[in-house]
Amino acid sequence: MTDMTLTQQIITIAICILGTMATRFLPFLVFSGRRPTPKFVQYLGRALPSAIFGMLVVYCLKNVTVFAGSHGLPEMIAIAATVGLHLWKKQMLLSIAGGTVCYMLLVQLVF
Amino acid sequence: MRLRAFRAAFPHTIPIFAGFWFLGMAYGIYMNVSGFSFVYPMVMSILIFGGSLEFVAVSMLTAPFAPLQTLIMTLMIQARHLFYGISMLDKFKGMGWKKYYLIFGMCDESFSINYTAKIPQNVDRGWFMFFVTLLNQFYWVSGSTLGGLLGSLIHFDTEGLDFVMTAMFVVIFLEQLMKEKKHYTALVGTAAALICRLCFGADSFMVPTMLCILALLTVFRKPIEKAGGFV
Repeated sequence: MTDMTLTQQIITIAICILGTMATRFLPFLVFSGRRPTPKFVQYLGRALPSAIFGMLVVYCLKNVTVFAGSHGLPEMIAIAATVGLHLWKKQMLLSIAGGTVCYMLLVQLVF
Repeated sequence: MRLRAFRAAFPHTIPIFAGFWFLGMAYGIYMNVSGFSFVYPMVMSILIFGGSLEFVAVSMLTAPFAPLQTLIMTLMIQARHLFYGISMLDKFKGMGWKKYYLIFGMCDESFSINYTAKIPQNVDRGWFMFFVTLLNQFYWVSGSTLGGLLGSLIHFDTEGLDFVMTAMFVVIFLEQLMKEKKHYTALVGTAAALICRLCFGADSFMVPTMLCILALLTVFRKPIEKAGGFV
């Protein structure tokens, strides 16, 4: 349990809220509709998403260690299954469900 | 119009339902066993709506009061939202009051779906994105509140279910790769994240990764723009 007073807890949570909202609202405040968005920012808006999605996949796998434990094998196999399913059937939900079930079977039964 | 948008949006959020209920409950239980009432995960999920920060906030709340450190941690964990906002500047234009909620609720998952989903012509884009965001938040808040209420009563035999989030981002990434002609920026993001993860470790690699991505996209702007192929 916490040693903080209730006021300190509320301040801590409020800082989390304000910090989060600052990162979410800042681009919209800086590049408001009145002035045209700078060309460089427009370029970033188009170039960033692919980079972000690649980054998010790595982010999801950040706690995988290749040199210990199961060496990231269940993750690799399940991602291969997800990609394979998706290239084959192109059904988003099926690919996600299939990949997840594959992973659960691997970590519960094999590794 | 609203019903049609809801029907179009709901299927996109089903994987999030599985993932958010699982992670949300895990978070609620974690708060419960750390000695907090269910009100904490509920309020924090409504007002912060950012999973990774909420988990970290548990350790901040159990540590001595340190507002500046809390602020720095928050900004570092959440900095990736800046990228989402820049990518959504155009898509959120002309959304009226819904825009403010769309920005408020722009977590990783809502951003990814709203950015990539092929919204049918006859469906209102604003309402579609609104319902995606609202449903996702509903899953997260209900999951974490339930976890906080039930606490240690729940026993998990669902090991590995959290992979649903990874699988979803893999599929979204794959869809993005299939849509675009050139993969330079996808390569930049993936390589930067991998290298920074190896250099900086699992807990502090996101800010260096984002700086690397910004630097690389700036330096290679000419060839990337020349190659084009953006979606």
